[in-house]
Amino acid sequence: MDSILSLLTAGLLQSFEPLNLAMIFLGCFAGLFIGAMPGLGSVNGVAILLPVTFLVPPTSAIIFLAALYYGAMYGGAVSSITLGIPGSSTAVATVFDGRPMAQQGKADKALMAAAIASFIGGTISVILFTGFAPPLAAFALKFGPQEEFALMLLAFATFIGLGGDDIPKTIFSILVGLVLAAVGFDIISGKPRLIFFDMVEFQRGIEFLVLAIGIYGIGEMLWTLEHTKGAVQIHKVETGFRRMIANLKDVRKYLPTTLVGSVLGFVVGTLPAAGATPASLMSYGLAKSFSKDGDSFGKGNVAGVAAPEAANNAASTGSMLPMLTLGIPGSPTTAILLGGMIIWGLRPGPLLFTESPDFVWGLIGSMYVANFVTVVLNIALIPVFIRVLAMPFSVLAPIIFILCVVGVFATTDRMFDTYLMLILGLAGYLLRKLNYPVAPAVLAIVLGPLTERSLRQSLISSQGDAMTFLERPISLTCILVAVALVLYPMVSKQLRKRKLAQS
Amino acid sequence: MSVRMAEMLMGVCMLLVSLGLMWTVVADDLAIGWIEGRGPGSGMWPFWLSLGMALSSCWILFRWFRNVTPESSNSDPYIDPETVFLVGVTIAAIFFLLLLSNIIGIYFSMMLFLLAYVRGIGRHGWILTISVMLGMPVAIYMLFEVALNKYLPRGWPFFENIFLHIDDFRYAIMS
Repeated sequence: MDSILSLLTAGLLQSFEPLNLAMIFLGCFAGLFIGAMPGLGSVNGVAILLPVTFLVPPTSAIIFLAALYYGAMYGGAVSSITLGIPGSSTAVATVFDGRPMAQQGKADKALMAAAIASFIGGTISVILFTGFAPPLAAFALKFGPQEEFALMLLAFATFIGLGGDDIPKTIFSILVGLVLAAVGFDIISGKPRLIFFDMVEFQRGIEFLVLAIGIYGIGEMLWTLEHTKGAVQIHKVETGFRRMIANLKDVRKYLPTTLVGSVLGFVVGTLPAAGATPASLMSYGLAKSFSKDGDSFGKGNVAGVAAPEAANNAASTGSMLPMLTLGIPGSPTTAILLGGMIIWGLRPGPLLFTESPDFVWGLIGSMYVANFVTVVLNIALIPVFIRVLAMPFSVLAPIIFILCVVGVFATTDRMFDTYLMLILGLAGYLLRKLNYPVAPAVLAIVLGPLTERSLRQSLISSQGDAMTFLERPISLTCILVAVALVLYPMVSKQLRKRKLAQS
Repeated sequence: MSVRMAEMLMGVCMLLVSLGLMWTVVADDLAIGWIEGRGPGSGMWPFWLSLGMALSSCWILFRWFRNVTPESSNSDPYIDPETVFLVGVTIAAIFFLLLLSNIIGIYFSMMLFLLAYVRGIGRHGWILTISVMLGMPVAIYMLFEVALNKYLPRGWPFFENIFLHIDDFRYAIMS
């Protein structure tokens, strides 16, 4: 415990270094703005702005992106409440009560509740993170290639079992991501693979950022263009110091639901594929079920804003736990962060805690600071964001498209990749319209090289004996859980059918 | 085209893509099994994954045939005419942004893109259009070229020379 506290203190001191503090402010500010924009969320912001971080050292870069992640989680509530359009799927549940409150002229109350609940959720989750991360990382040090591969299987199985999407489409999406990751030279034999149309450009492989920016930049904007037709409608928000103080006093009304949502959000956030969206919806459902005033939910109950906001912020921290300790991202945003860490020359996973303690504890320390900075910025900047949100989509969209193009070129130095990004973005949009989940593909392209390497290392070391995965207890456990997760939706569907037939 | 038809066509396309990937691995003479003394062949991973893609495509098509998924029984249009216009124009505009980047450079290309989008599609006033048209390239130049030392495409020599003058001006100010 003492060592954790001393490491945390060092991390906090590191996050107060001028450059890192500037990154926190900048990240929180950019995140709030991006999260507040309709159609944009943390994943889009992190994907589009990742190339910009090459300017600073890795610790400052991850601090910037983590602060952006935090800020976007806070910011998502702004558009949900004032526009009735969730900035991203994680803020969908906030619309249920946030929008009715705005229509009743209580937008400032809803925004304040969202900010306070996000702060509480973020704080509780970062404390839990600090306690759980070191022991989990120490345990993961026992992992060999067999366990690594089994863990990857578990991550993919979670998407199938808990993602809630069409199963064959989810499997297809995972496999596409893994195949795209295999394009280029083979990591072991050095032979070129999947060089489509004999184009030499494919020999360098497909960078995960090309797919991530294509899907979450281009594809997402096309999706938003379709759904908003470029128009947004904003509700008038009255703000003032006295109203703000009065709103602060309302905290006791939603404190219990906020606390429950925070813990729930953290736990759900740690599960790969689950993440902030189901956490916020579950938290909303719980708050409504256990409220004495359940009927008022959906009609402007402030607890209906606080519960999902606490959960989605807590989940964003929770999803970083498997990323840092096991090298498995808990959400699409952390998948991109993980890819960024690989680009910066770091190796995510249990060794990160021993090899780069400054990096890890600097990040953890920055989470505490970022949480505080974001709540202050959020409350102070509410009037500014409202104005910016009035920016027409036909101005915002081309700016984002340009950032996508420049971001990809700056990362790979090839115009070819920008065309590929456009094609993948359009394909992602068309597939999403048919309910193909795109997040598993992004996760798979990030984890693809590691998955293949661990599989081949395991098979080589066991002379081709596949039983090696079942002979090691941790690997066996992960595989059994993975199989259970894959079977879970099918079994539960059959049980539901049988129950219906009986009744 | 209805959502149901789109679902079927997408399934068939994905099946063909999967088979194409498998064929590519085989045509490139990559071993898809175990090589004695060396381990798994370099084509093993992509081949069996592509087979998995093909099988899941068949599963998607089978579910379509049985009308199991919401998409397979949805007769609404897959994409409405207004969206076709918006998405089509956007994709075409980004394509020309990329194409022109090699000729007139990314900065002039993005100015044209912003002009077309903000003025042409958004129908905004000239003041806003020109502000965005000038502001965005300046911001990108400052961020990528000045701060990150990352040089973006500047096009043919004539357009590149314009930027060399701008660079000279910048270095003169900074020195």
